Amino acid sequence: MSSDTVATALPKTRIPSNAEVLRTQRRERISLALRYLILGSVGLLMLYPLFWLLGASFKSNQEIFTTIWFLPRDLTQLLDFSAYYNGWMTRTEFTFATYFLNSFLIVIPRVIVTLISCTLVAYSFARFEYPGKKFLFSIMIGTMLLPPIVLRVPQYLMFKELGMIDTYWPLILPSAFAVDTFFTFLVVQFLRGTPRDMEEAAIIDGCNALQLLWHIVVPLLKPALISVALFQFIWTMNDFIGPLIYISTVEKYPVSLALKMSMDVSGEVEWANIIAISIVALLPSLTVFFLAQRYFIEGATSSGIKG
Amino acid sequence: MASVNLEKIVKTYPNGFEAVHGVDLEVRDGEFMVFVGPSGCSKSTILRMIAGLESISGGELKIGNTVVNNLRAKERGIAMVFQNYALYPHMKVYDNMAFGLKLAGLPKQEIHERVTQAAKMLEMEQLLDRLPRQLSGGQAQRVAVGRCIVKRPEVFLFDEPLSNLDAKLRASMRVRLTELHRELRDRGQPSTAIYVTHDQVEAMTMGERICVLKDGTIQQVDTPTTLYDRPVNAFVAGFIGSPEMNIRPATVVARDGGLGVEIGDTMLPLPAAYSDALGNRIGQKVQFGIRPENIGTPRSIFAAGSQERASVANCTFRLREHMGNEVYTYFDLGGHEFAARVPTDFAGEIDKAERGQTIPLGFVMDKAHIFDADTGLNLTLSALQPA
Repeated sequence: MSSDTVATALPKTRIPSNAEVLRTQRRERISLALRYLILGSVGLLMLYPLFWLLGASFKSNQEIFTTIWFLPRDLTQLLDFSAYYNGWMTRTEFTFATYFLNSFLIVIPRVIVTLISCTLVAYSFARFEYPGKKFLFSIMIGTMLLPPIVLRVPQYLMFKELGMIDTYWPLILPSAFAVDTFFTFLVVQFLRGTPRDMEEAAIIDGCNALQLLWHIVVPLLKPALISVALFQFIWTMNDFIGPLIYISTVEKYPVSLALKMSMDVSGEVEWANIIAISIVALLPSLTVFFLAQRYFIEGATSSGIKG
Repeated sequence: MASVNLEKIVKTYPNGFEAVHGVDLEVRDGEFMVFVGPSGCSKSTILRMIAGLESISGGELKIGNTVVNNLRAKERGIAMVFQNYALYPHMKVYDNMAFGLKLAGLPKQEIHERVTQAAKMLEMEQLLDRLPRQLSGGQAQRVAVGRCIVKRPEVFLFDEPLSNLDAKLRASMRVRLTELHRELRDRGQPSTAIYVTHDQVEAMTMGERICVLKDGTIQQVDTPTTLYDRPVNAFVAGFIGSPEMNIRPATVVARDGGLGVEIGDTMLPLPAAYSDALGNRIGQKVQFGIRPENIGTPRSIFAAGSQERASVANCTFRLREHMGNEVYTYFDLGGHEFAARVPTDFAGEIDKAERGQTIPLGFVMDKAHIFDADTGLNLTLSALQPA
């Protein structure tokens, strides 16, 4: 009805025929399907190793090394979680519960001190004027370019002098002095992109520099700080070389070291156990990532607050 | 209750740039003072120095009887509304307003009273539970004003508070803010206000007095009508008023029984009252200034009763803009472009004019201003009618 009215009212308007509409819709559907197909298969290709890992935790050694298909030949094996149990119990006197606890004893304090030190240093760089600021900032950027391996030997000697070998201090303490330059840089840039009006309003409201930091700047920095916490959590959780150098007692091993250890305690390695625990070791990082995802994306992409 | 006194206030930046050159100004107690000027005239810098957000390089700033040069912002008894509202994004409206009071250590009961009272005054009680991002621009601006009111400051500072709003909202907020100021003053609360804007319409409509600034110096401080009728120099004359005053080069010439100005090849006679001021300038180059509404068709001039004081000249028509009640007419006189505002009822001959056609237009010459060609000073100030 309505198309009739339009047609009479505007005789020169061309009304598309039914066939033409259908043809256009079909073409759009085909192109959409094609796009999904290509994207889906590339995505699958990239994720395949992860699926394989998951499947391999249910396979025997022999099957792991002879098949490339991710599902075990006998699908009932998928109900058998013994690899997870055996891997968890380990062949040492400690279970992975100890190792996970150790990891958290490193990761959690480190994330906390990183957040505090980064915020303080970034606040000073982004908001205060003092002599030598530019020079100090370029030194900080300079250390970002330095390969971390260069510092291993002098750092080791220093912590040895301090009697901190075989403790978690060498893994946590540096972060308390904002040596994770990348994070400091990230927060500085975020803060630079944030308008100062709110801080000025707070100064007029009566804030001193520290109240300003706590009541105004930290809430503004939340997305950036969540990104920092997330990265530091994942990187520290996965760190291998740090604990390898400083931790020598098995009782104090974090997950990354314990995993390596399960590979070489005996000649005969039950790979499914190791793979199973590797998957479990991924879980904390994955959980934290998904919890923080929303803020993390905001922090990585936004440069401030809209006016 | 407090006045604000600026004495020889100077701002020099670390790189040696002097932004404010010895400004002297008194803002009276309870007055609504507007700082206006083009961008870069340091009006915001002066405001920020009063607020305590910028250091004062030289001179003395007094709020009430206290020299506040070295006092911190919170000790100055001021509150400020920012252009971007500057609401704390993570706090609800209530907490935004209460934040300063909490820091000052006021009892909860009093904070609550003050916030609800201010919210009522600004008709925003229903907004108290919202976060800033859930507010529209106009609402956010009201919250920013509310945050100032609850502090009961001696002096309100406004830094271009309406420039982020759309034109319609800006006009209504203008009225609200002015009313709010009068309301506070009528209640006997401290209400001295300094309002920075680059918009001369805001300045004219809101200011009880206006301070016109240019390049860090004060050009003129006076009431809106005085600024409009008796600008001290060509800058003030051109800045205040819309469309702006026509200011074009001209020469003072002698004619039978008086003086005149020659614009290109056209001579317009000047009123006898200008003779004293301009007698020694015959043959000199000057700037001739006349507001668009003081030019009109013979009929509109007659209708306004100004025919005795007006001279008619032949002008070349260029363009017209219909504004509804008025027609803005652009034309050439003596090789220079001029603009006129003619009431639509009397714009008959303009409506029919073709581009390039010669039309007679009347100039109300006792409203004309003559400015010095070099310094821009208004030479006819003494002869102009007091406002």
